[in-house]
Parts: sequence; C-alpha cells; structure tokens
Amino acid sequence: MEGCRLAVKDLACRRGDRVLFRGLSFELHAGEALQVVGLNGTGKSSLLRIVAGLLRPFAGTVDLQGSVGLLDERPALDEHLPLGRALALWGRIDGGGFIAWESASDRLGVTGVLDVPVKYLSTGQRKRAALIRLLSQQAAVWLLDEPLNGLDASMARDCERLVADHGRAGGIALIASHQPFEVPGLRSLAIAEFAP
Amino acid sequence: MSIVSTLLRRDLSQMFGGGRRGGAILPVLFFVAVAMLFPFAVGPDPVLLAKAGGGIVWVAALLAAILPLDRLLAPDLEQGFFDQFAVRGVAEEAIIAVRLVAHWLSFGPPLMLAALPAAALLGLHADTLRTVEWGLLAGTPGLAAIGLIIAALTVSLRAGAALAGLLLIPLAVPLLIFGAGALLAGGQSGLALTAAISLLLCAITPFAGGAAIRAARDG
Repeated sequence: MEGCRLAVKDLACRRGDRVLFRGLSFELHAGEALQVVGLNGTGKSSLLRIVAGLLRPFAGTVDLQGSVGLLDERPALDEHLPLGRALALWGRIDGGGFIAWESASDRLGVTGVLDVPVKYLSTGQRKRAALIRLLSQQAAVWLLDEPLNGLDASMARDCERLVADHGRAGGIALIASHQPFEVPGLRSLAIAEFAP
Repeated sequence: MSIVSTLLRRDLSQMFGGGRRGGAILPVLFFVAVAMLFPFAVGPDPVLLAKAGGGIVWVAALLAAILPLDRLLAPDLEQGFFDQFAVRGVAEEAIIAVRLVAHWLSFGPPLMLAALPAAALLGLHADTLRTVEWGLLAGTPGLAAIGLIIAALTVSLRAGAALAGLLLIPLAVPLLIFGAGALLAGGQSGLALTAAISLLLCAITPFAGGAAIRAARDG
C-alpha cells in the first residue's frame, strides 16, 4: 500500500443529458480517507465509478496509483453457492487464498453461515460477505459506496473500524454515504457544491 | 493464466452443475424433443423422414441455441461481477473468450451426443448421420459465438430474452445453409464453409462482446 495516491482534477460527470457535478478536485495520500456526502442522485456513486475506471468522466482526469477495491450494493457472489465457496472464487483470483478470507470472516462474524447458499443470506450478511471479499483483496485504494446500508449498529461500528485500520496500514478510502461515518481524520466533501 | 483457469472452472461448474446458468441439459432435451415432434407432425413415412431428417436436426440445433442466451451474461452483470473483474484489471475480452469456450463445451458436444437418439427417432442413414455430426462439430462453435455476441448486446435490455431469440435466427442462417447444405449430394464443401464461418465468429466474439459489456456499463 506504500505510495498509493488518488488525485482527481476538474472532474465533471454527465448522465444522460444532465451534468451532475463539475470542477470537482481533491487529492488523497496514503492513510487518508474522504467521505463524499450529498443527497440521492447527486452523483456520489457516479464519482466512485469514475474513480474506479468503470465510467468515463465527461471532463477532467483521475490519477490513481495502487490497486483498487470496490464495494457497492452488489456483492458479486454466486447466488446458488455456499458463501464459503462463493468467497473462495475471489480468494483464488486475488491470490489471498483461503487464509486471508477465513481470518476476515472470523472478524466479521459470518463463520456460522459459510455453508449457507448466498441466496438465503440477509442484506446485512451479504454486505459483510462483500466486506470480507474487500478485506482479502488487500487493495490499497478502497472505494466504498454506501458501506453502512443494511448493517446493524454494531456492524456499522465494525465497518468504521475496518476503514480506520485500513488507513493506519497506509491505505486510502473514498466513501460515498449519506449516513454519518466516523473515522479519525476523515475529511468530508459535499458534492452539492459542485453541482452546475 | 491462473485467472483464466479459475474463470473457466467457474463457468463450467455453473453450466454443467445445477447453478443458475444450470442448463447444459435443457437445450439438449429441447433438441431431442423437436426431433421427436417432427414424425408426429408429418407422419411416420420413413422415406420422407430420412430425406428431411438431417435438416430437421439442424433446425432443432439452431432453436436449442436460443435457450441458454438470457443466462449467459446477464446475471454476472447484475451482480457486479464484471465491475469487480474490471477493477482488478481483468479485460472483458478475456472473460468473454473464456465464457465462449465454456458455453461451447456445454452446448456443442452434448448436442452432438443427442444427435444420435435424434437420428434414431428420424430414421437417418449412417452416412447422413456422419455428415450431420461433422456439420454440428463445425457449426456449433459458430452458434455459440453468435449466441454470446447477442447475449452481450442485449444484456442491459429488459426484453432481452425475447429479442435475443429473434436476433439469433437470421444471423444463424448462413451456418444453417452451409451446414444443412452439406447433406445434399455434392455439398461436402459446405462443411468447410460452415467451419470457416464458425472460426470467423469465434474470432470476433471476444472483442464484440467486450465492447458490448463496456457499453452496457456506460449506459
């Protein structure tokens, strides 16, 4: 995670014929976290997807150094497989292997449901599973889209702790959330200020 | 390389296993069912059936190719797999190429096996059956490739499944003409042309499919 960096310069985003934001700039260095706040439909998710390289910006540049981990509302786990096997796919792809996600699943309290098919899991359990996938990926730059959705209060604190630990380890976190998110040193960016 | 083998293993276990794409068996049963229905409709005249049988097998194969289309790519896009692959730097082209191999393996060889009972139901001669089997070997990769391109193009459409079936039929006509045409006397070169069309389609599928997936994400 050493030397990871995220610099966004003069970014503009257009969806359909509507410009959601323009002139948006910020810079994050190793260990820093930024929360993007704003109402629904103001472009928080679009900003994250542009940073992840999944959407083309209408204008501006994204300079990103380091591997990217994305957490959004879709867990990307095979519905019919037991959770353990669904997560193992990402373990094989990310090279973290069995051990990385097994220790992570201990930590997030889903060890009991590892043999339950993903389609029978609750929203919160899916979210935790997605967090395990993110943890075992060991990416430098975390892009979290509404990470607290579906999590109960104690899990939400755990999720905040994970982000704080990630920052201490030198990682970057960019969080899009309309809920309060408490991490030491978290900066905040109101996306409404960049609406045209 | 390890990512490619991991992806291939996942695709194959989903297509052959009882997973959500689960259905290598469904197109095969459909294929045999069409071959079985035909004698009921036109009557049990062995001469007529033996004459038309090769063509019927081809039409049945083409119709069976429509069945798996809506499950080829749409679930992965909806559940965010393509996005997760993209942030890890895995090209859409590679994913589509792997899926083409897996799709053909779960579609082509089972169909060639099912052509044996179908041939028995239609009373095909041994040499006709041989030409049909060679034709299916040459033609099913092309059918799989067309199917995958269409699945990628219609992946974000609501009525994608019905549209996919309509799109596949005209695009598969060249394969049908040359593949079934090989059954006529002096039509043996049809096999080579079928194989040529298949190879061309397989070559463009990863690029067409990859571009379509990226476009679906942008839209």
